[in-house]
Amino acid sequence: MIPELGNFSLIVGLAFAVCLSIIPLVGVNRNNLTLVRYARPLTFGMFFFVALSYGLLTYSFIIDDFSIAYIVQQSNTHLPIQYKIAAVFGGHEGSLLFWILTLCIWAVALAMTSRNLDEAFVARVLAILGMIAAGFFFFTLLTSNPFNRIIFDIPVEGRDLNPLLQDIGLILHPPMLYLGYVGFSVAFAFAVAALMSGRMDAAWARWTRPWTLAAWAFLTGGIVLGSWWAYYELGWGGWWFWDPVENASFMPWLIGTALIHSLSVTEQRGQFRNWTVLLAISAFSLSLLGTFLVRSGVLNSVHSFAADPSRGMFILLLLAIAVIGSLTLFAFKASDLKAPSNFELFSRETLMLVGNVALVVATATVLLGTLYPLLVDALGMGKISVGPPFFNAVFNPIISAMVVVMAMAPIIRWKKNKSGTFVKELGLIAVVSVLFGLAFPVVYGGEFIGWVAIGMGLAFWLTAATLKNAKINITNAQGKVDVTKPTQSYWGMVVAHIGIAISIVGATLVSHYETQLDIRMDSGDTVSLSGYEFKLERVIDVEGPNYSAKQAHISAFEDGEQVALLKPERRVYLVQTMGMTEAGIDSTLMRDLFVALGDPLDNDAWAVRIYVKPFINLLWLAGALIMVGGFMCMTDRRYRSRKKAKASDKVDEAAVSGQPA
Amino acid sequence: MKRAILFFPLILFIVIGGFLYKGLFLNPQAMPSALEGQPVPEFKLLTVNNPERVVTNKDLTGEVYLLNVWATWCAGCKIEHPHLINIANTGLPIYGINYKDELEAAQQWLKDYQDPYQFTAYDVSGQLGLDLGVFGAPETFVVDHHGIIRLRYAGTIDENIWLNKIKPLVDTIKQEAALVVKS
Repeated sequence: MIPELGNFSLIVGLAFAVCLSIIPLVGVNRNNLTLVRYARPLTFGMFFFVALSYGLLTYSFIIDDFSIAYIVQQSNTHLPIQYKIAAVFGGHEGSLLFWILTLCIWAVALAMTSRNLDEAFVARVLAILGMIAAGFFFFTLLTSNPFNRIIFDIPVEGRDLNPLLQDIGLILHPPMLYLGYVGFSVAFAFAVAALMSGRMDAAWARWTRPWTLAAWAFLTGGIVLGSWWAYYELGWGGWWFWDPVENASFMPWLIGTALIHSLSVTEQRGQFRNWTVLLAISAFSLSLLGTFLVRSGVLNSVHSFAADPSRGMFILLLLAIAVIGSLTLFAFKASDLKAPSNFELFSRETLMLVGNVALVVATATVLLGTLYPLLVDALGMGKISVGPPFFNAVFNPIISAMVVVMAMAPIIRWKKNKSGTFVKELGLIAVVSVLFGLAFPVVYGGEFIGWVAIGMGLAFWLTAATLKNAKINITNAQGKVDVTKPTQSYWGMVVAHIGIAISIVGATLVSHYETQLDIRMDSGDTVSLSGYEFKLERVIDVEGPNYSAKQAHISAFEDGEQVALLKPERRVYLVQTMGMTEAGIDSTLMRDLFVALGDPLDNDAWAVRIYVKPFINLLWLAGALIMVGGFMCMTDRRYRSRKKAKASDKVDEAAVSGQPA
Repeated sequence: MKRAILFFPLILFIVIGGFLYKGLFLNPQAMPSALEGQPVPEFKLLTVNNPERVVTNKDLTGEVYLLNVWATWCAGCKIEHPHLINIANTGLPIYGINYKDELEAAQQWLKDYQDPYQFTAYDVSGQLGLDLGVFGAPETFVVDHHGIIRLRYAGTIDENIWLNKIKPLVDTIKQEAALVVKS
């Protein structure tokens, strides 16, 4: 009964989505305010029924209803409760339902907070979100219904959740990632609504930007959590693999980064409108493309999900409708208006454009690398693979160039800057950065490594220039320090940019200075690596709720003093009889000691892998800073203004003379 | 004219979409069998163990052997490695092709994990991999006593694959070779 109720709610939700995508648009077209005002109630209704459906599926998981095929696949009576709840979105069918739920959350949030915005515009935006939702409702109901029942021979036990997924990472990573992925649909809907109404003005950019920032910040968090999860749980010891599925979330992030900056230019200067619209369409299209790549199995990936061509076909169809529809609209209705103000070569607009182009080119190379095996295969030229060497060789130089510009953009003025003052402000920092970069690898590692010099030099340059700019900005006319002088969104920018600098430091150092040892160890053996001694004390048996494991106790010593006791495990999950390595990690800001237990060898000896990873934690710290920076910008006072925003083409002069965003 | 440029994103997407559509009907796991029945492509490469030694097709033995494509950046290769050592211990020669890798990392790998290979050709440019139609590492080819590729296996070799797929073929080829000698 309960699953049928869930299924029924899902169908009712679809009905609401279809109504939402038609009625308000008819209203706008006929100037009928009554119909326009249906947008909000329909959104709430759609949300209610999707949430109900999702709740019922979760309930079925908790009570172990193995008459539902999806639950048999994903769960087991011995699975701890938090994983039962997380297992709802751990497989294909449930993750689609979760996708819709996330979309509805965004739509409801928009419906609740947009009372000050233009009624017809909001109706259009909600209608477009309704269309996207309807597409995914159809997808779920027609190809991947999570409520499908097993009629005969109902199993008494489930096949259990994939052991790799039984981890806190499953609880945190997908919701965050989905909030980001799906959140770009709001920016997309705003862009399409702007094209429909022909209103791509500063007010439009101001409405869009906080939503885009929110989605972008969530996506940042999702990607970093995914990277952290892969690092400590999968036992691979790496943190980024340039795998198609990782790239699928990274491309929307890169374009999203370009979009939030381009939006800021449109908001404050009225420039780059068509470009901004195009980026908004691209960000969401890449999110859909990511869904396609992950769900259709067209590419080989370490995230091997079950592939099914009919599902792939359906997503491709959704992708085609969304992208062809919006790009056709763009081609016909893109703004012909000349930008209200001009800018000279030496201005912030130029630097923002250069940074934007660098991000788009970087995205294009990642896209090319990801799709290349498919392209070559489709052209009948054989099968090839593109590995990390390609991505590192192409991506790093482009992003390095972008970082150079990124440090300067907040300092330079809008419209026009005198070159003399600029050199005075940054000249010294530039010289010191180059020297610092050149000296660092020699002092730290004892030998010169080009990429370390570039990475550290760039990080120094970005940090110093950002702080210098902040110092100028907090000094008021009387020469006193006043941290409240710049806007909150300015501080958000500072935090996020510093975060990027820290991530460069972390990535550079861990890539070049990590050390690794694979070795056979008997109980009592000691090995040393990078100034640490590791001693295998003993290996004991431990029992978990749904697995049994061998646990090694390995003490780590530094200068004869014990600094950590690491407990890596080798687990065997009882239902799926699948072996799993659980790494033992000791973290400080300076380094991680990472130990993974390999195969048992003869005579109680074990194969052990040990890593010393310097500064890897800077990566997670940087991710948190970037995310916090995004949220700070999003909650800036100017986006919370209670005043009814006026739709006009006029550039907001106050914002121009104020602080950069 | 200016408006025409605005159609560019649309056209670009339609082209990409076409490829994605075609991709749905391709199986990335399925191997082109074009090279099965063909000789091992010509090559001339240095070896990982001794970067001054040049190896060519002539250095491959005249009996059945395995050709294994691997790289240190490939997670599957690490999983596969112990199985390769077991296979090498049965007396079947294995030749390695180190694919698009760094020399030092590859040398370290062979030092750390034991070396099951007769030699490993250092295919830094990926040219031999390209000629073999390799789409990723690890990949393994079974080559017979005439130097003809008889089987291509993409993916990690484990006990199951070895016993059910590769060993039977290797045994068949050995029998064929024995027949030739007798007759």
